[in-house]
Amino acid sequence: MLGVSTKIEELLTSVSDPEIPVLSIMDMGIVRKVELVDNVYRIDITPTYSGCPAMDTIGDDIVSAFEKEDLKAKINLVLAPAWTTGWITERGRKALEDYGIAAPRTAEVDKAALLGEANTIKCTNCGSLNTKMVSRFGSTACKALFQCVDCHEPFDYFKCLK
Amino acid sequence: MLHEKLYDYLLHLGDNSMILGQRLGELCGHGPELETDIALTNISLDLFGQVRNYFQAAAQIKGGDATEDSVAMLRYEHEYKNTYLVEQPNEDFAHVIVRQFFFDVYHQLILNELMNSKNETLVAIAKKSIKEVDYHVDFSSTWVKRLGDGTEESHEKAQTAVSTLWRYSMELFKATETESWAAESRVGPDLDQLKSVYLERVSSILKEATLSLPEETVFQYGAKTGRHSENMGYILAEFQYMQRAYPNMKW
Ligand SMILES: [Zn+2]
Repeated sequence: MLGVSTKIEELLTSVSDPEIPVLSIMDMGIVRKVELVDNVYRIDITPTYSGCPAMDTIGDDIVSAFEKEDLKAKINLVLAPAWTTGWITERGRKALEDYGIAAPRTAEVDKAALLGEANTIKCTNCGSLNTKMVSRFGSTACKALFQCVDCHEPFDYFKCLK
Repeated sequence: MLHEKLYDYLLHLGDNSMILGQRLGELCGHGPELETDIALTNISLDLFGQVRNYFQAAAQIKGGDATEDSVAMLRYEHEYKNTYLVEQPNEDFAHVIVRQFFFDVYHQLILNELMNSKNETLVAIAKKSIKEVDYHVDFSSTWVKRLGDGTEESHEKAQTAVSTLWRYSMELFKATETESWAAESRVGPDLDQLKSVYLERVSSILKEATLSLPEETVFQYGAKTGRHSENMGYILAEFQYMQRAYPNMKW
């Protein structure tokens, strides 16, 4: 996607979101551009949420991953275009589900779930669709808290951001 | 000159969110229940994240050794440009929600307009922030309805909060010299034009919530131009403590 060598892509893939360690930053879709200028990799990343405290850590982690390979990286934080959950890759969505976080659906589904109109978010424990939203704000800015009505498992849902 | 105005305008935008974020931060660990505690602090975090974007831009304009932190922390009380509304104390959950609701509806309107600003940085910040603020509006509107149309006690408390806080609402729409400059140069919205939409939106939610605006209101103006209420000193005492006690300290 970024037009970089396999090695650089692997390096970037090795860095993950510190709050969701199973999700690589490449699968999260926050790496927007990589450019090699004067032997320095200039890497544009974009925040998921404005106040996401993970961004500084992610930047540092990229730089040190590159340093380990004797490469220099410089991080540039870009705001536009704004990140959307649509940029999470298929592999990323699968990693989220396996980790116990329901992957984002659509804005309409979110709204219906909030209003208690439809059971559309699948329980990450038993797979039941009989789930309810407990709180629109969850353990981190990007997640909402759900609970399964059948098996009672509380679980996170990655909110849709369009 | 233009830069000075833009700097000032960025402070106008950032200060409201920052002081409200600080007020919400006070509730961390003190929310009425775990979910609302987390929601309010999440909103605070969103607001601070947005403020960082405004103040990074402001620090760039200011130049020298200015940073987002010095812009945020190292001003005197009269140099902050937030409104009276956001410096009002938390009091009870009804006050917290109604204050949030009055601000959120305004905030959403402003960001919608800023997405068409002539200033590219503001466009980028607004496009990012609006997605978060849409959630805030949903959250506070839902709670206003739940409290207002809830039990006798929750209704009474919500009505008291509406009657107390409404007097601070119109200051949001009274343009200062800087905000008038922003409107004229198409950097920011014409606040006066947004007032009627604001009133419509607020009234319609309040109606659903079986709450009503006070009949006669003497609106309070002045915080935006530096005449803050007594609350502000206490907020800043806590907010600036580390930077004042240990100048230039870093995490
Ligand atoms: Zn289940």
